[in-house]
Amino acid sequence: MSTKPKIGFYWCASCGGCEESVVDLAEDVLMVTGAVDIIFWPCAMDFKKADIEAMPDKSIVATLLNGAIRSSEQEEMAHLLRRKSQVLIAYGSCAHTGGIPSLANQFTREQIMKFVYEDAPTMVNDQKTHPQPHSRDNGHELEIPVLRNVVRALDQVVDVDYYIPGCPPTPKLLKEAVLALLSGKLPPKGTVLAPDHAVCQECLRNDSKPQDISLTEFKRPHEIIADPEKCLLAQGLACMGPATRGGCDAVCIKGNMPCTGCFGPVSRVHDHGAKILSYLASTAAGKEEDEISATLAGIPDPVGTFYRYGLAKCLLRGKVS
Amino acid sequence: MKTKTNGEARIGFYVCHCGTNIAGVVNVAAVAEYAGKLPGVVVSRDYKYMCSDPGQELIQTDIKEHNLNRVVVASCSPLLHEHTFRTACEKGGLNPFCFQMVNIREHDSWVHDPGDPATEKAKALVRAAVKRVALHKPLEVKRTRIHPDVLVVGGGIAGIQAALTLANGSQNVYLVEREPTIGGHMAKFDKTFPTLDCAACILTPKMSAVAAHPNIKLWTYSEVVKVDGFVGNYKVQVRRNPRYVNEELCVGCAKCVDACVYKEEKFEDEFNEGLAKRKPVYLPFPQATPPVVVFDPDACIQLKTGKCKKSCLEACDRDAIIFDQKPETKEIEVGTIILATGFRTFDAGRLPQYGYGTLPNVYTSLQIERMVNASGPTDGHIMLKDGSKPKAVGIIHCIGSRDNRTNRWCSRVCCMYSMKLAHLIKQHTGAEVFNFYIDIRAPGKGYEEFYEKLQEEGVHFIRGRVAEVADWPLTKEEEGKLIIRVEDTLAGFVRRIPVDMVVLATGLEPQPDAQEVRRLFNISCSTEGWFLERHPKLAPVSTFTDGIFIAGCCQGPKDIPDTVAQAGAAAGEALSLINAGFIELEPNTSYVVADDCSGCKTCIPLCPYNAISRDEEKKKAVINEAICKGCGVCVAACPSGSIVQNLFTDDEIFSEIEAVLG
Amino acid sequence: MEMKTNGWQPKIVAFFCNWCTYTAADLAGVSRMKYAPNIRIIRLMCSGRLDPQFVMAAFARGADGVLIGGCHPGDCHYVEGNYKTLRRMTLLKRMLADLGIEEDRCRLEWISASEGDKVKWVVNDMTEKLRALGPLDLPGKHKEWDAEMEALEKEVQTQQEGEPSHVH
Repeated sequence: MSTKPKIGFYWCASCGGCEESVVDLAEDVLMVTGAVDIIFWPCAMDFKKADIEAMPDKSIVATLLNGAIRSSEQEEMAHLLRRKSQVLIAYGSCAHTGGIPSLANQFTREQIMKFVYEDAPTMVNDQKTHPQPHSRDNGHELEIPVLRNVVRALDQVVDVDYYIPGCPPTPKLLKEAVLALLSGKLPPKGTVLAPDHAVCQECLRNDSKPQDISLTEFKRPHEIIADPEKCLLAQGLACMGPATRGGCDAVCIKGNMPCTGCFGPVSRVHDHGAKILSYLASTAAGKEEDEISATLAGIPDPVGTFYRYGLAKCLLRGKVS
Repeated sequence: MKTKTNGEARIGFYVCHCGTNIAGVVNVAAVAEYAGKLPGVVVSRDYKYMCSDPGQELIQTDIKEHNLNRVVVASCSPLLHEHTFRTACEKGGLNPFCFQMVNIREHDSWVHDPGDPATEKAKALVRAAVKRVALHKPLEVKRTRIHPDVLVVGGGIAGIQAALTLANGSQNVYLVEREPTIGGHMAKFDKTFPTLDCAACILTPKMSAVAAHPNIKLWTYSEVVKVDGFVGNYKVQVRRNPRYVNEELCVGCAKCVDACVYKEEKFEDEFNEGLAKRKPVYLPFPQATPPVVVFDPDACIQLKTGKCKKSCLEACDRDAIIFDQKPETKEIEVGTIILATGFRTFDAGRLPQYGYGTLPNVYTSLQIERMVNASGPTDGHIMLKDGSKPKAVGIIHCIGSRDNRTNRWCSRVCCMYSMKLAHLIKQHTGAEVFNFYIDIRAPGKGYEEFYEKLQEEGVHFIRGRVAEVADWPLTKEEEGKLIIRVEDTLAGFVRRIPVDMVVLATGLEPQPDAQEVRRLFNISCSTEGWFLERHPKLAPVSTFTDGIFIAGCCQGPKDIPDTVAQAGAAAGEALSLINAGFIELEPNTSYVVADDCSGCKTCIPLCPYNAISRDEEKKKAVINEAICKGCGVCVAACPSGSIVQNLFTDDEIFSEIEAVLG
Repeated sequence: MEMKTNGWQPKIVAFFCNWCTYTAADLAGVSRMKYAPNIRIIRLMCSGRLDPQFVMAAFARGADGVLIGGCHPGDCHYVEGNYKTLRRMTLLKRMLADLGIEEDRCRLEWISASEGDKVKWVVNDMTEKLRALGPLDLPGKHKEWDAEMEALEKEVQTQQEGEPSHVH
């Protein structure tokens, strides 16, 4: 049996992009696969849950789990992998802060089920059939996982050791994390394995940002053709770069799109969305309520904009009534 | 001095009874017991008066005996005693900022009924302070230099007195007055109550002293247009409006006035309250200071059209007239500012039932002041429109005072000046004088005696608010008279009193531009519009803006003795700062943690004092803590939590939020 | 839905600026005005220091209402801090509405140093409105939300090492 450190990858409520990002390591993937023994990776390799259950506790050196926790099955797997792993890493925005799936916390489970199985334009379901956790078919008891009332980030379900942020994380961060893991040079528990400064520090357009921004209008990316050299905020786009943790090398801005906040906040911020709101509203012009409202009308969906990747970690955790 | 601060929190907690002010409502023993069990609290006590010397010594002794490194006092408002307790901590060897105060008097015992909710509230606030104080860090007090020069705004008796006091104390003073002359309202008065000394006799020497004083720079016909900076270091822009005369050359000989192409005096004379006319070029009054004429640009033909034969130019043998004079802006640096911008009188036309502006021979008190003044429009004769002497005069008190329809406040001076005018009218004309009053308010030194003297002189006092002044007679005696209808509340019936002349004792109001002025100087106004003092009793001439003081009627109605006293007090406050040479500033300023800052520049335009700049080399924001005034607006905006405000850190505030909620 | 309101009192966390509203609250005290004891005042130097995170934290920690008090527009001791507050609050109120927080639960009031009576009125009025709305109780709600995980957590705790689990 191999003596290389055992590593696991797992996905919960996610899109698969995080899995892709592992492959994005390119040649480095060989370095990683050479250095470790991947014992669990349902997306790429055939391992069964029972194999994991059979392993002694803490026998996996590290598990990188991506995806938010939405169903009882995901919750169960999170507990299982926690128990079997020495280090559990929340990998990617969904595991880190709830990600896009946690935007569902604006709706009740019942609203979501009704929309998906009845009202969605692509749905034909005259019987209004909904999936049932328990059912019988041909004398067999069938069970499917239940959907939880709310979407959770990984650390809202189990204890998490580290976080690798991003939607998806960049190969650079993954590589650095794996190297740190292999060398045993890990920072204190709970650390987000990315720099603790905002994106602006890495943004090549930083110098082009004027020092006296006062916006009278916010625009959405599809509404303008942005100057590829100038600060996007200065062009009226609600860029989250100033309020979002760096480490991505401002990759979206290099693609002429504003930062949407996938790396989450820096360690000093308790509520990412509220902080983005504070900073963006501070750059708005106007002294009369009407004037201010008109300026801020360019941000039609504050929750979806400011908590795009982290409604689960909003201090309110979602819509509260 | 070495001070104990860091390490694990060892908190001393003290709750003050404030006699029964707090203890009568809040169960202080229960609060002390509760606090004693909170994490980090090593000593918890309740005491009768924490602000007393023994109370403060209690803190100092405990710091030493129990090795305290944090102190919390639950008592009154920090705005009152924070400094007291910080000093006590410092004397005990603790950094004064390792202290937190809990306001359980103004915010609790004084606003709630005795019982559990008030005690629970006290506990919640204490919990927050205890939790927060553990996060406090030792801070250093910064000092800022006080520029020794002073700006006095307003050249009435308040401004004059303040300027002279300061100048006599060797300070350089800029005295800025909007009108062409200093003197203010007092210059319009004939006599002053209750001593009846001549206003000009006591004011004119002071006005001359101002003009002659080597330490006073007098700028009349000038206005402050911009104020920047902070205590000790104000930069002020003063606009000198053109009077079209070279002040250095003009000696006020008024030959130009005589020579003016207007032979008649045609334009309303503001100084004489509309009772007289003046020419386009004029000297407001004989003792005007500086003694320099002024051209009215709305009246002077040359200034209006450029087509006048300019006989004034020829008349002036000093070549002092400058028709193309432009406004000039002076920039000065001062350390302290005294505002003495005065008041305006109530517009009697707002109460049409008293006939001002519609009935002849209805005058305001200020018009009578001018009339009775020997240098006034009637050479000191009190006369009716037809030139005859009145035989009966009614003086109606509280016009625009103590009245829910106009102003609710008592203007404080009207009773006394009404009696002074009653005396003067009686003296000058021998007329019967009736005072219509609500209450006679004569609380000053010698004032009540003056009231008695007036009664002895035979002046009539009728208690009742006048309903109206009318000119429709019911009887033959009333014909051609003004009839004052009033309920005589002492006699208990409605009376009609025919008189020849009515004097309306108009009240005092804030200046119409008081709001703009206070914004300019960044101070507050009361709801009525008077400039707000820092504390009504203990800091009556200070404002909430350090280094800016108020004196005279801009703060509220008052008579000349009070105004002069207040002006002296304001000058004293300024001198106290100047003598110290520096002021200690609250260290609640903000700073950027350079390692955390991403250089996003969000904070830079938000600072109202331009204290934030960008270090172009490091590409990070930097706050100049000497300029920062500690509002924290940048901290709230900083998208990456990289700015910290001393005494109001995010952690401290979050801990308070958590703790007040239990 | 029936709410447990037995003995419940609304909890208001207030953030008052030092120069106007905090001073006005002092004035209310000096004037011995009586108002509802439901408010807990936290002093900030300027309402412009108010980070929307504070409002979120207050709700998350159990506040039923959050009151922000600053100087009237044009009156800010720090020139225009209150306009910055207004900008943030305008957007925050919209976002809170989207998050299901009723409008009356988050209130911005301009109260000058001389308006002690306004402090009294606002606190009483807000207390009444919150009483009508009933408890927000986010800590309780979050606990309720997480109750669905309890069965599984208990199961995990009692599981023996290596033993397979069968919970859905």
